[in-house]
Amino acid sequence: MTTVIREGWTTFKSIFTGMGVTIRHFFKPAVTELYPEEKVELPKGARAKLYVNIDDCIGCNLCARACPVNCIDIETVMATSDVDLGKTSTGNPKRFWLTQFDIDMAKCMYCDLCTFPCPTDCIYMVPEYEYSEFDRTNLVYHFSDLTPEKVDEVKEKAEKEAEEKKKERERKMKEKKAKAKDKAKSKPKPKPKPKQPDNKKDDEES
Amino acid sequence: MIESYGNINPVLAVLIHALIPLTIILVYALVAIWGERKVAGFIQDRLGPHRVGGWHGWAQSIADLLKLIQKEDIVPKDASRFLFKFAPFMMFAASYAAFAVLPFSSWYIGSMIDIGVFYLIAITSVLTLSVIMAGWASNNKWSLLGGMRSAAQLVSYEVPTIATVLTVIVVSGSLNLMTVTEMQSGNDILGFLPNWFIFQNPFLIIAFGIFFISILVESHRVPFDLPESESELVAGYQTEYSGMRWAMFMLAEYADMLLLSLLGVTLFFGGWNSPFGSFMSGPAWGFFWFLLKGFMLVFVMMWIRWTLPRYRVDQLMHICWGILIPATFVNLILVALWEVVF
Repeated sequence: MTTVIREGWTTFKSIFTGMGVTIRHFFKPAVTELYPEEKVELPKGARAKLYVNIDDCIGCNLCARACPVNCIDIETVMATSDVDLGKTSTGNPKRFWLTQFDIDMAKCMYCDLCTFPCPTDCIYMVPEYEYSEFDRTNLVYHFSDLTPEKVDEVKEKAEKEAEEKKKERERKMKEKKAKAKDKAKSKPKPKPKPKQPDNKKDDEES
Repeated sequence: MIESYGNINPVLAVLIHALIPLTIILVYALVAIWGERKVAGFIQDRLGPHRVGGWHGWAQSIADLLKLIQKEDIVPKDASRFLFKFAPFMMFAASYAAFAVLPFSSWYIGSMIDIGVFYLIAITSVLTLSVIMAGWASNNKWSLLGGMRSAAQLVSYEVPTIATVLTVIVVSGSLNLMTVTEMQSGNDILGFLPNWFIFQNPFLIIAFGIFFISILVESHRVPFDLPESESELVAGYQTEYSGMRWAMFMLAEYADMLLLSLLGVTLFFGGWNSPFGSFMSGPAWGFFWFLLKGFMLVFVMMWIRWTLPRYRVDQLMHICWGILIPATFVNLILVALWEVVF
């Protein structure tokens, strides 16, 4: 009998305790976030999406080399001597045209390894996470700000300059050789040592 | 009463008379289903439905109703077709018919019969019959188990329910609910408390506690929702039902909740009487007070639903047969003694 009464008392007590808990929660504000309308602020350092500040990029290719899944694709073209690409905001001189800077976010595994080697801190994660696409190819983000025409122009220029430089170098080489020959003529000196390898090469070629 | 409608067509008068509780039930069911979901949400620190209709999602039940109307009406191949289709309507008819003897205000009662409580208890038993009917006709093991549990529940709760009603009848001396309500008018206890039965006799407080537990069992509310316990029996007797037939079950369940709450209000909390004596009392205020008190009891039922876990069948049997019935009869004797002495 006493156990029945004691158990009954504890039962009633626990029921009313429980109801007290629920009514307190009834008047508490809800913890729901109305997601599409209200967004939660992401914590600092959240890895959501890669972004490249292309104005600061010097085309050093370090990020692409750090990437474990090869999702960064960079193509650079040496700037010709007549253009000055300026400096980055960190003071590094820019020497390359970035004809291509693609990041495939479908491949990216959000390891954040690419952001640390960057000397100008121009590649970093931004807290933006709503970028789902119906087509996987749309997840490849093109950060290069050059138009295709500009890219062609730049490439042509660079090739021309490279050729000119090559010619220049050859010309200089020739001049050097000529000078050397002149010197050799003015100061007759037996040159057994350089001749011998030349002969050898000739022999090998023939 | 019908005579007071004057010289309009008697058939029309009866129709109008009968449609008042129906309107109340239908509007209440829409509000209560939405309200229950809101209560559940708030208790669990959520928001509940809040999209449809703008203000706190008030139109959610209407949207649900539209969805249910459009759903396909499926009858299982091996089901007993007639009983399967008939059960939900019988269930709602039973709980709707019981509203006839509830005095909504001093001006309105569906039927002024002298055996009001007796009629109400008799007609609500049909509810269980329709649950068993639905469970058997579905030809589904879950449904059948739900129906059988409902029968087991019936034999458990009927005795304490009737015995607690009897305690009130001992005090009032009348089975007519209108008379019972009229006896509770006035504010005489301790100079300010209303003359409600719950304040008149300390043992009637215990009686109300037992009555409340048994109406929780009777209306299949959560600590005792064994016939439809979704974690054990899929949905119990509702498993095979879809669309509007299922909605009828839902409607009947909520109507039953309101019916039993209103019965409790009539028996213990003064029915349509205002708690402030003659202040804010009258036929129209009677409707207001009666339904407000009923809704408060319904809210407590919802509150309990989102607080307590479900009992097992044997635990329910133990509570009803082992604790409630002896307690009720002891209490009945004590109430009678109190009435004799004071």
